[in-house]
This record gives sequence, structure tokens and C-alpha cells, in this order.
Amino acid sequence: MENSNIINHQPEEKKSTKISVRNLNFYYGAHQALFDNNIDILEKQVTAIIGPSGCGKSTLLRTFNRIYQLYREQRADGSILLDGENILDNSVDILELRRKVGMIFQKPTPFPMSVFDNVAYPLKLHFSLSKSEIVERVEKALRGASLWDEVKDKLKKSGMALSGGQQQRLCIARAIAGEPEVLLMDEPTSAIDPVGTLKVEDLIEELKQEFTIVIVTHNMQQAARISDYTAFYFQGKIIEFGITEKIFTSPANKQTEDYITGRFG
Amino acid sequence: MNIHLNNAIANLKKDILILCSMVENAVRSAVDAAVENDAEKALKVIDNDETIDKKEIAIEEECLKILALYQPVASDLRYVVACLKVNNDLERIGDLGSNIAKRAKAIAEGKNCKGEIDFKPMMDITRSMLKGALDSLIYMNEVLALEVIEKDDIVDEYNCQMFKDVKALIQKHPENVDYYLNMLSVSRYLERIADLTTNICEDIIYMNRGDIVRHGGIPSIRKIIQN
Repeated sequence: MENSNIINHQPEEKKSTKISVRNLNFYYGAHQALFDNNIDILEKQVTAIIGPSGCGKSTLLRTFNRIYQLYREQRADGSILLDGENILDNSVDILELRRKVGMIFQKPTPFPMSVFDNVAYPLKLHFSLSKSEIVERVEKALRGASLWDEVKDKLKKSGMALSGGQQQRLCIARAIAGEPEVLLMDEPTSAIDPVGTLKVEDLIEELKQEFTIVIVTHNMQQAARISDYTAFYFQGKIIEFGITEKIFTSPANKQTEDYITGRFG
Repeated sequence: MNIHLNNAIANLKKDILILCSMVENAVRSAVDAAVENDAEKALKVIDNDETIDKKEIAIEEECLKILALYQPVASDLRYVVACLKVNNDLERIGDLGSNIAKRAKAIAEGKNCKGEIDFKPMMDITRSMLKGALDSLIYMNEVLALEVIEKDDIVDEYNCQMFKDVKALIQKHPENVDYYLNMLSVSRYLERIADLTTNICEDIIYMNRGDIVRHGGIPSIRKIIQN
């Protein structure tokens, strides 16, 4: 393993790597935000990225679907292998990449359309399906996001009319409708209430049966509860990466220890 | 900096040290009472056991409060979890001190056979183990903790030898059987105290570095500490 930044607790059993980050650097114009990152995201596992504000957590997440490309001054170098293919390569089909790698944001972002149309949107964008197939897949995605029972009688109502927690699960349904392989979650519960948070956390546990999940969270208890692996970031570098249980009981690095015990950050 | 959690842990440390000193005094007085045939001293130890029990409950409640309110992680979590276990072990040592005191009282009130069994070496080493365990807890000293663990086998040997000696003495002087059996019980209690101090030392190593060293044997503990 060439991962120079990975200093703690390698997985005991061999799981396959979904995303392999190698020597990744990231720049906002002249400002470098990530420094020589190396990390392996394992398939069908939940990997949490923790660290103080501005440490590069969300920046890393944004490289996995190249969403940063919406801004001209932002650039990445190094490599990010998704199933062995370097997604930073110019030849990569961005639309297909974003189908494979779905993203959930901090604030729920339902489109200003009905619940049904929100979930049908990626299906119409990426696939040629009959109306009945779309109906079938919308229901499957809403069930997958644990939302079906709550919205089955109001599919034609606006997605914006749902509660915050329901809106976030609607966004998850929309993301999984496109049959992605990886789900990126950038603080998915920071804008919703505790009950909604609990439902999203339960959902993440179910979703990992099918998807590889990378979650950025400021809530360390949440990272401890829901993730299998945790990476601690500081000043654009991976300070420690390993099994969540070990990180939160006996971290190898003093900076990790100080951060998770609230002594700095 | 999490001030609330730090204050709660500082209070917990203070309470554990108070319990340590209560338990150490109880064992020392109980052993002295047994050696000196001092029924009055023994009675004081028996009466004080309730205070130790109450302190143990207070510490347990404090640990549970910290876990519920602050959800500590890493070294803070290890400290609180280890305190829960050390607290329990200290209370049991206190109980054993009280048991020794009860035997000491019975010996003092019974036939005077003083001097027939010399278990001062066993008492001295057990007391030194308890003191070492408590010092290693105060100073978080793993080397001291290992030294205590290494002494446990010596106390076990003393206890085995005591069994053989008492058996021979009962055959020789069956009229003193009550005295000998009381002394054998004291020996067994000391051996249990040594076991519990060993447990405390293992928990101190866990607190310090997060490695669970129980059941691994002394060479493995030595290797872990040297890393």
C-alpha cells in the first residue's frame, strides 16, 4: 500500500476499494486546500470525514464527482480512481460520473416540482424508460429512502412542501433513483431536526448495503454512530484514517485525540 | 476545550483518589488488627466499610453521568470506563479488608495462638502491591503497574504454602482448628486482594494506551509497555 498519509488501523478483512485517492492536491486559485492526499474508500462501507472548519473535508468530497469544475479557478491534480478509472482524466464523461457518484448537500435541495417529478428527474435524464417503468422506479427509490409510506398519497404535491427531514430523504431518493454506486453526503443532517436526523442516520445504515457512502460531518458522535471508517483531516492533510471504533477509542495520533476530545478545533 | 467534561473528569479523579486512600487504610488496619490481635481496630474497619460502599456508588453514578451527558471519546472515554472498573475493584478490596477484620476480631476474641503462623511476608507484599497499584493510578505509571502485576504470582505461592502449613498444624493441634481456619481465610482474602490490585493495574495500562492486556500474560504486557 502506497498510502503515505494513512497511519492508523488498516482494515483487518480485505474489502474491495471503490475509490482510491492518490497524491491528490487541490487549489482554489492560488490557495492550496488539499495536500498530497492518499486514501482508500472501501466499497459498501460508510466512510466519515471529520475535522475542523476549513480543513478540506468538503473539498475532498467535491473532487469525487468533480463538482468543483463549475468554478473555473478551482483545480485538482493527482489521481482519483473510481473502480480503477481516473475520474480526474479529461476524457471522463462528467454526466455519467455524476450519475455514478450522487451527492446530498447540507440543506435539502428539492427541485420546485412535485415529489414524483423530483425523483423521476434523474430517470428521465439518464435513462430511456417507459412511463410505467418510471413509476416503478420512483416508488422503489422512495421506498429505498424510507419515504414512500409518508408521501405515497401526496406524490403530486410540491417537494418543497415536505418537512426538512422529508425533503432531505426526498433528495436521497432522487440521488439513488439514478442508480449510483457512490453517495456523497455533505453534512446531510445539519439543517434538520433530531427526529429527521435519526431517520437519515437509519437510512444510511440501510443504504450501505447497496452503495458506497462518504459523509462529511461536524457531528463527531454522528460519525462514531454511523460510519465504518473515519478520516481525520487537518489543514488539508489526512492526519489519521482507520476503523471508526479505533479512532474513537484509541486514536494513534495526538492531533486526532485532541480534536475528538474537544481539546482543539 | 470542553470545560464541562474536563471539570467532571477532574472531580472523578479526585473521588477515585479519596476511595483509594479509604481502601488502603481499611486493608492496612485490618491486617494490623490480625497481626496485633486488636479487636477494637478490627471493629473500626468493619464499621467503615459502609462509607466505602457509599463512595463506590457515588463514583459509579458520576461515571454514568459523564457517559450520558458528555459522550466522551478516546482517552477521556478510556479513563471513565477504567474508573468504573477500578471503582468496582476498590470496593471489593474494601469488602475483603472488612472480611479480614472480621477474622481478626474472631482471632483476637478466641484462643491466643499468636505467632504460630507467620504470614507477615504475605501481608507485606500484598500491601505493597495495593500501594503500588494506587500509586500507578495516581501517576499513571505503567512500569509501576507492571511491577505490581509481576508480584501476583508470589502472593499465590504464599497462599498455597499457607494451605499446606495450616493442614499440617491442624493435624498437629486439632484443638486450635478455629484459629487456623481463620488464618487460612485471611490468607485467602489477601490473595484475592492481590488479584484485584492486578486487575486495577491492567486497567491502568488500558487507560494509558488503549490496549486490553488481560489474559495475555506478563511477557505480552511487558512487550506492549516497551512499544
